[in-house]
Amino acid sequence: MALEAKNIYFRYDRKQPWILEDCSVRVEKGERLAIFAPSGYGKTTLAMLLAGYLEPAKGQILLDEKPLPKRGICPVQLIYQHPEKAINPRWRLKRVLEESGQLREDVLDAFGIERAWLDRFPRELSGGELQRFCVARALMSGAEYIICDEISTMMDVITQAQIWNVVLKEAGKRNMGIIAVTHNKHLAERIATRTIDLSI
Amino acid sequence: MKSLNHRTKVVILTAVMFVLLVAVYACGILISEEAVTGSFLNAKRPPCLEHPFGTDALGRDLFLRTLKGLSVSITVGLVASLISAVIAVLVGIAAANGSKWVDALINWIIDLVMSVPHTILIILISFALGRGLKGLLMGIAATHWCSLARLIRGEVLQLRSQQYVAVSRKLGKSSGWILTNHLLPHLVPQFFVGLILMFPHAILHEASISFLGFGLPPEQPAIGIILSESMRYLSTGMWWIAVLPGLTLVLIVLLIDKFGDHLRMILDPYSAQE
Repeated sequence: MALEAKNIYFRYDRKQPWILEDCSVRVEKGERLAIFAPSGYGKTTLAMLLAGYLEPAKGQILLDEKPLPKRGICPVQLIYQHPEKAINPRWRLKRVLEESGQLREDVLDAFGIERAWLDRFPRELSGGELQRFCVARALMSGAEYIICDEISTMMDVITQAQIWNVVLKEAGKRNMGIIAVTHNKHLAERIATRTIDLSI
Repeated sequence: MKSLNHRTKVVILTAVMFVLLVAVYACGILISEEAVTGSFLNAKRPPCLEHPFGTDALGRDLFLRTLKGLSVSITVGLVASLISAVIAVLVGIAAANGSKWVDALINWIIDLVMSVPHTILIILISFALGRGLKGLLMGIAATHWCSLARLIRGEVLQLRSQQYVAVSRKLGKSSGWILTNHLLPHLVPQFFVGLILMFPHAILHEASISFLGFGLPPEQPAIGIILSESMRYLSTGMWWIAVLPGLTLVLIVLLIDKFGDHLRMILDPYSAQE
């Protein structure tokens, strides 16, 4: 039971150098891995590859020894760095949660989502408030791994702690695997059971 | 009294324009056939109080005839641009969502239709369909969807690359669900503004094709017909038959164009709050 990238190669264009070269990552179910690297080392690219948003040029992404499903609910859910881009600007926020079947009282309470926010439009909330919706949406039933691509960079320290507490609690309860992509070494040490550094 | 802000002003102005257009249309519908049948005793009168636009060579009141003609024009404009806009949306979505060859084929057809001058194409289609209202409507509808279709194709392509659409797919939503819930709501403003900006084009084409004799039958009171009749009398100094109906047509077209502009300002999120 693991999500793994096997010797993957990736570049955005044939003329450009490889961003990821012969890269292998393995996360067991229930494990918390932090991926750590300076800017431009392909952290986000690796996150998108693992979640199936991009296809590697060579190599494979395997979930339990099988490729990721192309249709239906993806067991690997990615949470983006910029929540305002990952939410339809014409939707009231209620619909964002409805989209993944997460409009439930316990979810709202767990993420500290106020009831008044549900009828607002995304531009009327701050980044940190929006990110709670994105995290709540990604923790839908059917998700077995979540990949957090710098999800707490835009939040203040207290909100960061709140969000991560909820994520860790929920993931622990459901024995999910977590891959956290981050710049913050202290955060990585705090949340992860294992850390890898792409720059080495 | 509190001074009105920009948005309120625009909304009120748009409402006034809309009422004016509806009033012109309603007047044209309500004017009876008898009112536009004239007597030869009144023929060739220049504009006066009784006949604000004067009368034509058959003694018909030109003001009433112009109003009736405008309502025909508005009907043609509305129906033709509605058909065109629906075609544009369907084609635009098909091009953006379909496979590569569908996109290439649709782009090729758009280029093809756009490369032929509109007027000639409308004349051909209208003539082939037996002239009259039907031929004209089909002709205008078949030639005006191209630029809006291109716009909508671009819009859909851009929307499809948004993160929230990619996320939606990973949440297990089908392409149809994404189309109706994520993409179509974004296209509503494009659709309406495209529709209204197409409207003046359609009206002017209707008038010009009728003027050339390939559109509406000569007994129908349409602006194009009035203008083409006026050609025969211009040299005898009856300027009012051409100038006044022509001027009203231009005014209506300008009104609709402004209406479309204002509607865009209201609907467009980037200018809605100004």
